[in-house]
Amino acid sequence: MFKILKYSFFDLVRSRWSYVYLFFYLALGFVLLFLNNDLSKAVITLMNVIIILVPLIGTIFGVMYYYDSKEFTELLLAQPIKRADIFLGQYLGVAISLSLSLLIGLGLPFILYGLFQSTAIWDFVLLLVTGTFLTLIFTALAFNIALYNENKIKGFSYAILLWLFMAVIYDGLFLMSLILLEEYPLDTFSIGATLFNPIDLSRILILLKLDISALLGYTGAVFQKFFGTGLGFSMALSALVLWVVLPLLNIYRKSRKKDF
Amino acid sequence: MERIEDIFKQLSTALRIAFLYKIVFFIACFSITTGWAKTITVCNTCEITSLKKAIAVAEAEDTIFVKEGTYNEFNIIVDKPLTIKGENFPVIDGEDQGEIIRITSDNVTIDGLFIINVGTSYTSDHAAIRVVKSENFLIQNVVLEKLFFGIYLEKSNNGKVYHNKIIGDAQDEYNSGNGIQLWYCKNVVVNRNIVQKTRDGIYLEFSDNITIDNNISTENLRYGLHFMFSNDDVYTNNTFENNGAGVAVMFSKRIKMLNNTFHKNWGTAAFGLLLKEINDAEISGNTFEENTVGINIEGSNRITYTRNNFIRNGYAVKVLGACYTNVFKHNNFLYNSFDVSYNSRINDNVFVNNYWSSYTGYDLDRDGIGDIPYRPVKLFSYIVNRTPETIILMRSLFIDIIDFSEKVSPVFTPDNLVDENPQMKKIE
Amino acid sequence: MIHIENLYKSFGKNKVLEGIDLSISEKGIFAILGPNGSGKTTLIKSILGMVIPDNGTISINGNSIKNKWNYRNEIDYLPQIANFPANLTVQELIKMIKDLRNLRGEDQQLIDLFKLSPFLNKKLSNLSGGTKQKVNLLLTLMFDSPLIILDEPTTGLDPIALLHLKKLILQEKAKGKTILITSHIMSFVEEMADQIVFLLEGKVYFKGDITALLTQTDEPNFEHAIANLLTKQNV
Repeated sequence: MFKILKYSFFDLVRSRWSYVYLFFYLALGFVLLFLNNDLSKAVITLMNVIIILVPLIGTIFGVMYYYDSKEFTELLLAQPIKRADIFLGQYLGVAISLSLSLLIGLGLPFILYGLFQSTAIWDFVLLLVTGTFLTLIFTALAFNIALYNENKIKGFSYAILLWLFMAVIYDGLFLMSLILLEEYPLDTFSIGATLFNPIDLSRILILLKLDISALLGYTGAVFQKFFGTGLGFSMALSALVLWVVLPLLNIYRKSRKKDF
Repeated sequence: MERIEDIFKQLSTALRIAFLYKIVFFIACFSITTGWAKTITVCNTCEITSLKKAIAVAEAEDTIFVKEGTYNEFNIIVDKPLTIKGENFPVIDGEDQGEIIRITSDNVTIDGLFIINVGTSYTSDHAAIRVVKSENFLIQNVVLEKLFFGIYLEKSNNGKVYHNKIIGDAQDEYNSGNGIQLWYCKNVVVNRNIVQKTRDGIYLEFSDNITIDNNISTENLRYGLHFMFSNDDVYTNNTFENNGAGVAVMFSKRIKMLNNTFHKNWGTAAFGLLLKEINDAEISGNTFEENTVGINIEGSNRITYTRNNFIRNGYAVKVLGACYTNVFKHNNFLYNSFDVSYNSRINDNVFVNNYWSSYTGYDLDRDGIGDIPYRPVKLFSYIVNRTPETIILMRSLFIDIIDFSEKVSPVFTPDNLVDENPQMKKIE
Repeated sequence: MIHIENLYKSFGKNKVLEGIDLSISEKGIFAILGPNGSGKTTLIKSILGMVIPDNGTISINGNSIKNKWNYRNEIDYLPQIANFPANLTVQELIKMIKDLRNLRGEDQQLIDLFKLSPFLNKKLSNLSGGTKQKVNLLLTLMFDSPLIILDEPTTGLDPIALLHLKKLILQEKAKGKTILITSHIMSFVEEMADQIVFLLEGKVYFKGDITALLTQTDEPNFEHAIANLLTKQNV
């Protein structure tokens, strides 16, 4: 698997797209810092941007890479290599190169801007952690979509739909159901509902850091326990890990059965 | 040569004589003073071993000097103008029997005592030190622990509570008392005290012209500082941290609140500052940091808010009910989850020249003022007021979208609530 | 060597293999022929484990290949469409395949033979179809496995390269290997193949050498014999 990972990674490191993303993040970091002139403010703006953008890039890039490397995959399939290793290796290649683009692209401007002397450093670390998680998750979901759809156009459409659903539609439905059911106790429901959307989970991690004062203003005992103790943080983090592991298991399962 | 030596000798003798006269004069003066007011020493091995006895034998203006040691006494009544001074913090242990010291005379000073074990009662408010209908009192350098009420001023004026340390262990509101309480008092200065873990750190009821400054009030169950029906008071440079709520000002007029710090007052219905039925107050130069609600305003009018910093609060300012002609000017609103929240569509308050960290406008003419107005009330805050659980959707793209649409055409939030001149740079 | 029993595979409603029974135990060159869509590539991919059969068993050297991958160490495979990772150079690709198989590989000889040295440092995306096919052949034939599977090996080759290819195949045969070839160039098949396996409607319709084929179809030459088989399909 590590050999595949190595080759996919080197393949990607040389691809134009990796640089496009790297420069995109670099530009984003510098522009935000330049406009805000304030590290903490830039970090907060970035958090809002990251939880939307990273999933989009992850899904699109994941699907694209899968379809683009189809012949390469077939070449590998005829070699004496375990099937799951091929896909997991390719997945890791994409996920790691995307994560690196994110880490370097955002890390560089912020470090140059004096991140290590700033109090916002932990916010920034959290930002990178959630960004990396989202990359891992959405790339894995993208591979799943691609594995199930031979048709490239279909695959791309599903990928965009997935993103749209997770980033916007899900929360719209969520909000509507909360308002419609407002006479019932909702805190367990609302915490439960976030677990099914990795973007919401990342949002929760960020809320715990930035908006804890507001979150603690609510009376529900479940909310108080979830946000007031380490419970919320550890639950959100473990749910994110599950969100990485489950799609990966499915890649493993599906790749064993698929014909090429 | 010899003649010169002689001259020197004579000179020095003259100086010596003059010096001696001076010493004699001082001793004379000193004996006259002690003749008027004597010092009584209390210690475990002295002739007088209790504070009560010392007070009994003392005359007005005497000083009672309490040496290091433990004195198990309560219901000590100071009924003449005395100075009671402790050396190395002698312990006055009330053994949970009730009130410990009661001052009923003018001109009493209590200094440097360590008072513990005030009796808890459900019927009377036992205090470590109670001042009743007296003037010109001074309570300083006192340490209070294991208390019910700490320092209780009752219908007493023109006194000073200075540099005391009050450390309670309050668990529940119903069986705990306040650190420093003023009831029907006037012209009292409460200065440089530390109050912790009581019910209300400092409580004022029907007390006017009180100055409260440089106190640190933390971890109190209810409020760090609490005003009821008190007017024309000033509090400055105090720190309120980790209290049930920082400061509550209720049914009071003309209160000045300057340069205080309200920090980490977290929790359900917790706020840095609660204003309820307050008129004509001035709130300036304060810092509200990481509170669930920075300022919670209910039915308060004609208040000016200037040069305050609202940093990382859940809500910087939450306005409930009818509040008229309040002015927010030159404040910094930095990284709050919500800057301003209203529960109605009506607005009669002015927000102008503030700095808002979430302002995204531009300043093309470079005059330091944003070219497009800022709308501090988000639709989402309205939704959260209605269905609190929706708070979990904060920072969601969907919420940003509906907030944006509300910004473009306000339907649920007051449409005249805008800062027409948002500052581009933080106000220093 | 290869033993296939009762192999079924369909893609959706399209039944491709319908009970293939095939046993290849001898050395030599086997041509797998059949009309378009008769399942040649599917059969080859099944042997390689790229297509998972619905039913039936494939065993190589007596061991079932189901859920295995190690047996592919014994196979050199030339895929039909040679598309490679675009960002790699020829040199890197060769290195990579060697690395993946953990084998040294006799690449230098083949590089010289196909005159590939000027292309070694070029990216694969910049190569012409014929050159790509040469690289493809190089990648397959540089190893020394007992079973070689070539799917349309002649595609895009110039006459000289074709001659080299034929020579190479015969060399490998001489080493005592089993070689499976699919091709639609009948002259090539006639020249090279020891045995013909003809697939029709998802089954093995004919297996045997060219003489047997001619006898069975009663045709004067190979091309006609194949045409005969193809027209039978239409009957």
